[in-house]
Amino acid sequence: MKRVGEVHSSNYLLAKFHDLVDWAVNSSRANSLWPMPFGTACCAIEFMATAASRFDFARFGMERQAFSPRQADVLICAGRLPFKLAPVIRRIYDQMPQPKWVISMGACASTGGIFDNYSMVQGIDTIVPVDVYVPGCPPRPEGLLYGILLLHKKIKGESLFDAVRRRDEQPLDEKGLRLSPETIDEISEPFGNSVHQFRSS
Amino acid sequence: MIPGALREAVARDGETIVYVPRERLLDVMTWLKETPGQEFDYLVDVTAVEYRDRERPLEVVYFLRSLKRRADIRVKLELDPSEELWVDSVWELWHGADWLEREVFDMFGVTFRGHPDLRRILMWETYAEGYPLRKSFPLRGRFSRAEQVRQALNANPEAHYSLEELSIADAAGDLPDEMRDRLRRGERGVIPEPPSP
Amino acid sequence: MSKRTVEMALATPGVDAEGRPTRVPLATQEPDLGGEHLLVNIGPQHPATHGVLRLVVELDGETVVRCIPHVGYLHSGFEKLGEYRHYNQIIPLTDRTDYLSPMANNVGFALAAEKLMGIDITPRCTVLRVIACEMSRIISHMVWLGTTSIDLGAFTPFLWAFQERERIYDLQEMWTGARLTTSVTRVGGLMADIPDRFVEKLREFTQTFPKTLGEIDRVLTRNAVWVGRTQNVGALTAAEATNYSLSGPMLRASGVGYDVRKDKPYLGYETYDFDVPVGEHGDVYDRYLVRLEECYQSNRILQQAVDRLPDGPINVDDPRVILPSKTRAMSDMEAMIFHFKQVMEGVKAPVGEAYIGIENPKGELGNYLVSDGTAKPVRWRIRPPSFINLSALPKMAEGHLLSDLIAINASVDIVMGEVDR
Repeated sequence: MKRVGEVHSSNYLLAKFHDLVDWAVNSSRANSLWPMPFGTACCAIEFMATAASRFDFARFGMERQAFSPRQADVLICAGRLPFKLAPVIRRIYDQMPQPKWVISMGACASTGGIFDNYSMVQGIDTIVPVDVYVPGCPPRPEGLLYGILLLHKKIKGESLFDAVRRRDEQPLDEKGLRLSPETIDEISEPFGNSVHQFRSS
Repeated sequence: MIPGALREAVARDGETIVYVPRERLLDVMTWLKETPGQEFDYLVDVTAVEYRDRERPLEVVYFLRSLKRRADIRVKLELDPSEELWVDSVWELWHGADWLEREVFDMFGVTFRGHPDLRRILMWETYAEGYPLRKSFPLRGRFSRAEQVRQALNANPEAHYSLEELSIADAAGDLPDEMRDRLRRGERGVIPEPPSP
Repeated sequence: MSKRTVEMALATPGVDAEGRPTRVPLATQEPDLGGEHLLVNIGPQHPATHGVLRLVVELDGETVVRCIPHVGYLHSGFEKLGEYRHYNQIIPLTDRTDYLSPMANNVGFALAAEKLMGIDITPRCTVLRVIACEMSRIISHMVWLGTTSIDLGAFTPFLWAFQERERIYDLQEMWTGARLTTSVTRVGGLMADIPDRFVEKLREFTQTFPKTLGEIDRVLTRNAVWVGRTQNVGALTAAEATNYSLSGPMLRASGVGYDVRKDKPYLGYETYDFDVPVGEHGDVYDRYLVRLEECYQSNRILQQAVDRLPDGPINVDDPRVILPSKTRAMSDMEAMIFHFKQVMEGVKAPVGEAYIGIENPKGELGNYLVSDGTAKPVRWRIRPPSFINLSALPKMAEGHLLSDLIAINASVDIVMGEVDR
């Protein structure tokens, strides 16, 4: 197998050893994710339904919900995120130890949804890096479970030794932004029906 | 006819609307609350309405109810948007007005004189774009999205702006300069004009 | 159960002065140590604040001296968005204000818009809307029961409550296709008629639901921990509750028997046989009892509504308000014009204003619409019951322990989507 990144090992045994370590580490990580439920709005109710008896995401190794970011692996942003809450989610994200993943649950968290107005962040990816977007308004519990399984898949493809597939901290830039202003403006552009919602009469 | 009322009208849902002048508001409210036969002891809601027609005055609306008589009434004040928007606070009569008046202040910029703690309630304290529910305020805000994200990310989620908190936490030094100056001058419940777009 | 027995129950084995074994009560008077006050910040991300509420608490030891709530962390600009939408386009927004009882919100807005336009809805629609409201009340109270019991240390009722919710979710999904964001009403009618077998399923639910309530009742109502943590906590007198403009179960737990369904009936509630539970002490325990009893009463209303459900159309016969069926719009020229006008221009409301309050699970939900004759409202105001109920929190929390603050906050039954709008 051709490896990419900074570790170019010609040693077959070393490469195999790396693969073995990655497999062990990633399987343990993926199968016991501790979610940090950042539930703000409607999606939090579906999140609770996913945690309750019928859907029971403990089946996927998420038995323990970490309400403290310092003991969490995956931040599940369930619900809309107004600007007033943006510094809070960023701080929670910064407080989580590496490795950490983010699931953006629902249309509002992913794009702003139907709230294209003065108070709403148009997608939490302008604030924190997102690994899995779960569509829906709100997503059904099955949808969230599917997103969690996708995250498992993503985690199993990561590597401790490979710079490209390794997870690194993504701090804010000197302006205090995650993305460049142009990118934020571009991805926050109105789309779909909300393009026509400038007129009030 | 209620003493001090300018005129009365009937809404489409059959309720009586009473228009009162701003100067007589507290008299009328006290009369409505305390006169036997009126006894409007319950404040349902306080809100404001600005019409699309710029000529029409901005209205502050009070919904009152008498729990004993099971009767409702609506009291309206008309304010000229080109002048300073102020109303006397009815907090002394109904403590439920506390947050409702703060919300009207936050969303419309109407100052309630005599309110115990008039601060922004839904938007954050350093929000500089203006009053969101005014008709001159664009739906997506005055600043660009990037600027909005930048301001939001640079905000301090643990900041104290309530006067009570400031006194306990001894945190007045952490306030923005401009806000500290306003507090020193004793100007509360006034937000500086937003920059024109 | 008297207070005395509770104190006995909350005791630990120990010895008295002479060395004989006895039971030492846990609640003993603490010596007055004095000292500095502490400022503790709870939230906005805290599992016990039911969403994104921030409480700044001044503590003297463990006693709350002052509690300063900060809201607005979920402000989504609903009222501003409403000014940019047609009346029917606002209905999906109403789902998302109080997302624990979406159907009741849909009904509240539709009633206000109909009052503004002077539309009388059909008898079948009226009964179906009553069913929608009462189903919402049950699922909202179930969330309240589940989350509050978690806050106070009981996990099992959460699972029971959410099982019942799933059953109502199934019904909602049968009817509207969505579990949570139902958008069930339209101005002048409903989005769809109920499907086959809905009535059977609902009847089955109303027969088995009281059993779960009975289980919750057995586990909590006379439980020493539950009683000890809720009785005499956060009490408000009737005069205070009125002065703070509380509504719904909060107001009734304080002994004021005002229920919009009884005192300003809408949707023909005066023709149903149900009781309004009224509390006595106004504390957290009474609020729990009131909400539990309301679930039984909602169940009764559901049974009566199912029995009397009349046949007939669900929408008013007015092509200016109600969209024609797709088949007619495609084959009949006139229907197509009406369809086009409604979708492109919306339904125009006459100049004027209308307010209607309905008894939502949280309290009185008011919808105030002001129209200037166009198809979009000039002002859409929601009177948010939990926002106003929450404003009494500093008053209720004063002098209680920090752990009681959690119980008091839970008893308000807030939903931040509605508090912040």
